[in-house]
Amino acid sequence: MGTTETFPLTSEQSEALGRELDAIRRRVLADLGERDADYIRAVIRAQRGFEVAGRGLLFFSFIPPAWLGGVTALSLSKILDNMEIGHNVMHGQYDWMKDPALNGRNFEWDNACPGEHWRHSHNYIHHTYTNVLGKDRDVGYGMLRMSDRQPWRLHWLGNPLYAALLAIFFQYGVAVHDLELDRMLAGEMTLGEKRRELSAVWQKVRQQTIKDYLLFPLLAGPSAPLVLAGNATANLARNLWAFTTIFCGHFPEGTVQFTEQETAQETRGEWYYRQLLGSANLSGGELLDVLSGNLSHQIEHHLFPDLPSHRYAEIAVDVREICRRYGLPYNIGPLGRQFGSVVGKIARLALPGRPRRGGRALQHPPEDLAHDLVAAAADRTQARVAGGALDRVLAHVAGAAVDL
Amino acid sequence: LNVLRSRLLGALAAPHGVEGYFGLVRPMWSPRDRRAQLIAVRRLSADSVTMTLRPTQHWSGFRAGQFIRLTVEIAGVCETRCYSLACAEQTEGEIEITVRAHMAGRVSRYLYRHARAGMVFGLSDAEGGFVLPRVRPERLLLISSGSGITPVMSMLRTLCAEGHPGAVTFLHYARAPEAVAYRAQLAAIAARHRRVRIVLVYTRQASAGQLAGHISRAHLRSVEPAHRHAHTYVCGSPGLIDWVRAAWAEDGIEQRLYVESFLPPVLAGCASGAEGSVGFTRSGARVRSDGRSLLDQAEQAGLRPRFGCRMGICRTCTCSKTAGSVHNVLSGETSSTDEEDIQICVSVPVGDVELAL
Repeated sequence: MGTTETFPLTSEQSEALGRELDAIRRRVLADLGERDADYIRAVIRAQRGFEVAGRGLLFFSFIPPAWLGGVTALSLSKILDNMEIGHNVMHGQYDWMKDPALNGRNFEWDNACPGEHWRHSHNYIHHTYTNVLGKDRDVGYGMLRMSDRQPWRLHWLGNPLYAALLAIFFQYGVAVHDLELDRMLAGEMTLGEKRRELSAVWQKVRQQTIKDYLLFPLLAGPSAPLVLAGNATANLARNLWAFTTIFCGHFPEGTVQFTEQETAQETRGEWYYRQLLGSANLSGGELLDVLSGNLSHQIEHHLFPDLPSHRYAEIAVDVREICRRYGLPYNIGPLGRQFGSVVGKIARLALPGRPRRGGRALQHPPEDLAHDLVAAAADRTQARVAGGALDRVLAHVAGAAVDL
Repeated sequence: LNVLRSRLLGALAAPHGVEGYFGLVRPMWSPRDRRAQLIAVRRLSADSVTMTLRPTQHWSGFRAGQFIRLTVEIAGVCETRCYSLACAEQTEGEIEITVRAHMAGRVSRYLYRHARAGMVFGLSDAEGGFVLPRVRPERLLLISSGSGITPVMSMLRTLCAEGHPGAVTFLHYARAPEAVAYRAQLAAIAARHRRVRIVLVYTRQASAGQLAGHISRAHLRSVEPAHRHAHTYVCGSPGLIDWVRAAWAEDGIEQRLYVESFLPPVLAGCASGAEGSVGFTRSGARVRSDGRSLLDQAEQAGLRPRFGCRMGICRTCTCSKTAGSVHNVLSGETSSTDEEDIQICVSVPVGDVELAL
């Protein structure tokens, strides 16, 4: 397969890797308590405070600084709500508290995407099949070409444009994520099959729209247009920020995509291994940690998605040390560099041609030829490409042992 | 309160709800969640704590003999336990519970040590069918032991407060006088109410002229010779309950016997329970069934399902069974294989079972 040439692990090693990471997990689980409860409650109090302050200030939005302050506070509220609270609570990170208000099964967030859909598409699909082409729908959200291993088509010329649109309307992109519109367009399923999901999305979008674009503006009377503009700006700010941090998690150069075949018979250690290779961190500081919902520790999040996120920083020390010992890459960089790398990849993949070689960390090894060959004959769906053909050719070209 | 419940406010506060904002500032103003604030703490016996609580306005009240589920946060974890109310139905706006500190009881020990006025707990509506009939029986016999005194205490206080004209006999078993939290209150009731007879029996401390030891026919003859004509309410240790059940069955008067048991029933090792496997669909875990309760097996598998009483009365642990059949050790029933909500603390699997956990 594509990655094992560069970072081979014997099955004993991957088993040992699994044991070491499991040990970290058990250690943190055993230590959960008041500190974690206090943390998440403090973040929630801050978020609700920002929200009340933001909405309040926007009532005075005829004074320009109030408008600006209101938008800032409301943006922060939405960012905290989605990133550090919603995403993490819905992972069940705080289920152990047995507090109904923090129950991952019922939590709902200030976002157009219904929590129930998020739990399915994110917690289950994305976190189980991370970076597996044709399985993990977060690879390009069904609308972008994010990997050399996705065959090029003429419409990928619009890759940067699609990415920009997705960033601007990100919450709606996430909202329809679980509807699998791309598969509907491809004729693989009908609208009717997704009627229930469609209705849930409609309900949630309506609820959010009524709140942000109807009720709060109307309550402000003559300032209605300013409040509406303020709420739209806050939603936009959250959209752009969420897109940025999320895309930095799996798509900077150096992160690896996998095929279904490669991951078919995975052990727990190999699952950890895939999470490590498929994720990338952001170096920054505590503020970046909170605002990104600790996706700045995407690697740790993918190893331990249901441990409270504020623990990732301390876990990261051990994970880095383990990576060093096993000779595995630990992809980390400042936000500017990682996002620049993502933007570069989106632009590069708009065009056909050979993937860039060399560089830091692992690239897609000598499969370029295979890739081109397969792409030429590829089926419309990625899943089928990812199946047998690519790997057979790969095995020849690279002469590599496929052990994942 | 109605303002807080309005649809407009609800739409403005979506998706967290008004609760998500007010609840953080003033938990007792909660428009939806029921809570209780601790207003007085007394330690009436060496190993118990008696707490007077004020429920939120929309708490729906109770009938004497019922219990509530109290949710206490300890080290970040919301623990829920069942406690019988001990106060009279007539106490407006306040309720009382007495919690005995058990050696292994995380919540009871915490409350015993740390309860102080001002604390806020989660509260459920009152539940349970161990209640006096609306039309009060002419003769009543209330039997309890240990911490089982609380629901019958509530019954006794309610009857006294409403001026019940009938005869009430209150028979309580305890290790020693100082173990009876309500000794002073009982003495006061006995002094004021002519038709109430209160008998305290100490199992480890006999004194002249008093009954001693565990319940027996002799005790019954001495305390309430007309027990055949009384409606009897019993709450206490398994030994006490078993004896009363057997005696009442012997006399053919079980239909006038009402029992509340606060100790877990022993799970009879059902042979079929140790076969097959239990799948937990949400977490993806699967274990080979060992015949114990599904709650035990879920915890064994590393899950942390919500639970409360662990004896099949509070329904905190209720979860959806998506496939397979279970045996309810409390009811003795074996379920169909349909999807349904089950109480996992008292259900053992019969063959393969899937739970939405």
